[in-house]
Amino acid sequence: MTWLWLDTWIVVVGILCALSTGLLGNFLVLRRMSMMGDAISHAVLPGLAIGYLLTGERTSVWLFIGAVLTGLLTAFFTTWINRNAKVEHGASMGIVFTSLFAIGLILMVGAAGNVELDASCVLFGAIELTPLDVAWQVSLGGVVLEIPRAALVLSVVLIINLLVILLFFKEWRLTSFDPDMATANGFSAGLMHYLLMALTAVTTVAAFEAVGSIIVIAMLIVPPAAAHLLTDRLVPMLIWTALIGIASALLGHLAALTIPPLFGFEDASSAGMMGVVAGCLFTLAALSTPLRRRT
Amino acid sequence: MSNATQDHRARPSASTPSAISIRDLTVAYQQKPVIWDIDLELPKGALIAVVGPNGAGKSTLLKSALELIPRTAGEVLVDGAPFRKQRHRVAYVPQRESVDWDFPVNALEVVTMGTYRRLGWFRPVTRACRERARNALAQVGLADYATRQISKLSGGQQQRVFLARALAQDADIYFMDEPFAAVDASTEQAIVELLHTLRSAGKTCLVVHHDLATVPRYFNWLVLLNMRVVKSGPMDETFTAENLRKTYGGKLSLMSDAISAFSQQAKS
Repeated sequence: MTWLWLDTWIVVVGILCALSTGLLGNFLVLRRMSMMGDAISHAVLPGLAIGYLLTGERTSVWLFIGAVLTGLLTAFFTTWINRNAKVEHGASMGIVFTSLFAIGLILMVGAAGNVELDASCVLFGAIELTPLDVAWQVSLGGVVLEIPRAALVLSVVLIINLLVILLFFKEWRLTSFDPDMATANGFSAGLMHYLLMALTAVTTVAAFEAVGSIIVIAMLIVPPAAAHLLTDRLVPMLIWTALIGIASALLGHLAALTIPPLFGFEDASSAGMMGVVAGCLFTLAALSTPLRRRT
Repeated sequence: MSNATQDHRARPSASTPSAISIRDLTVAYQQKPVIWDIDLELPKGALIAVVGPNGAGKSTLLKSALELIPRTAGEVLVDGAPFRKQRHRVAYVPQRESVDWDFPVNALEVVTMGTYRRLGWFRPVTRACRERARNALAQVGLADYATRQISKLSGGQQQRVFLARALAQDADIYFMDEPFAAVDASTEQAIVELLHTLRSAGKTCLVVHHDLATVPRYFNWLVLLNMRVVKSGPMDETFTAENLRKTYGGKLSLMSDAISAFSQQAKS
């Protein structure tokens, strides 16, 4: 195994992705809406397609805005169907995101035609290629750092998420635990819900554009769910989430480099391996919990 | 309209504004009314029981008054001013089952949530907030349970944590949804004592209650609800067999509860 700058960047991008999604994932898991990230990350497809059709560019900011808007629409329609048609929350989510995803597919295949915006790329991304898309060159004492665009974008998203979570920390705790009491006290649970949905939309779109949706969905849910098993306090849960996310990214990439060659295969997908490692860490947490809870 | 206005005329004490005035309140889901044309004038300092059969709209009455669910029509005044302007004076104790007790917080953190309103948005929790919360926990007899994760408390202790949170709000009016539901005897006693403490401090408590047998002992004002207000008034005038029959219709098991309540009242 040879470790290159490329590998460092892949791990860094993986960690940034795990931290920015996991931070929000804590509150999604605690609000029992873990699959919302999955729904949003699929439902943004028509937004991306419309953005592309309007501008004709693949990297336009309008694609991003379109995607975030359709992500928010998903959250809005899900709540609306849940309330007004009395359809259970999970089912209404399923209705909304599959419909939007289907519209997105039709738009992309039918209207956008043979463009380079292709569905498999949007869904599966390619964390291995992120270091090649350099956004910024910095020279530090003779060493030239080529910072990939994905690392830059995800750092910005992470900082935004950190600021919003810290600034509203007590509001997140209150509205996640007891939305009715929060609303009666003037801390609108609905407002915080849509703020969380907006952050989730921004984060998933930014992240899966860089690294693909499977790792985004995995990092959004698996580390927080494991952390929830390991502690019964909120701040330690956030810290455990971060640690599990970092471990998944690092060990995932190492596993992708080292394990397949043992069996005579080429390297496996790093994003996939990061997801697999997160799943393994969750299993470890689940197995260790009954022992801990008994004491 | 009739009950409220009559009471208003009959009672000199009612010349001060009511603690809670509910006017023409209607809530409907998909055109089906859940509560219909509620008019209530509830006096300051009263311990008010809201009583009625399942599906009578008791929780809906509380939630719509607090603007947690949309009203089809009507308005709610607290001390003569709209609820929105008086939010800070009202504490709400939701049903215990309405939250996830596996949530990663301890008892003290839940009670501290009662102080958030006073802090307002953004401002972090202070030492003074925690101190208030500690006092409130002590008031419900849970001083030793501050750092316990809430899923490791008994049902009764969880209910007391909710009440302590309302105490930490230091409100004037308390809306409580079934605080006596499925609690142990010592918690029931603690809640009764708490209600009396609140009353002697001049607070008003509006409590959804399901146990007809204890209604006349625990409360001094009764609201009988079955989609509409059947009757609202002082306990001794309102807690009558006829009014209960009107509220519950022919439900026999409930009527036998009521009969045992009468016999208990007669004894005391």
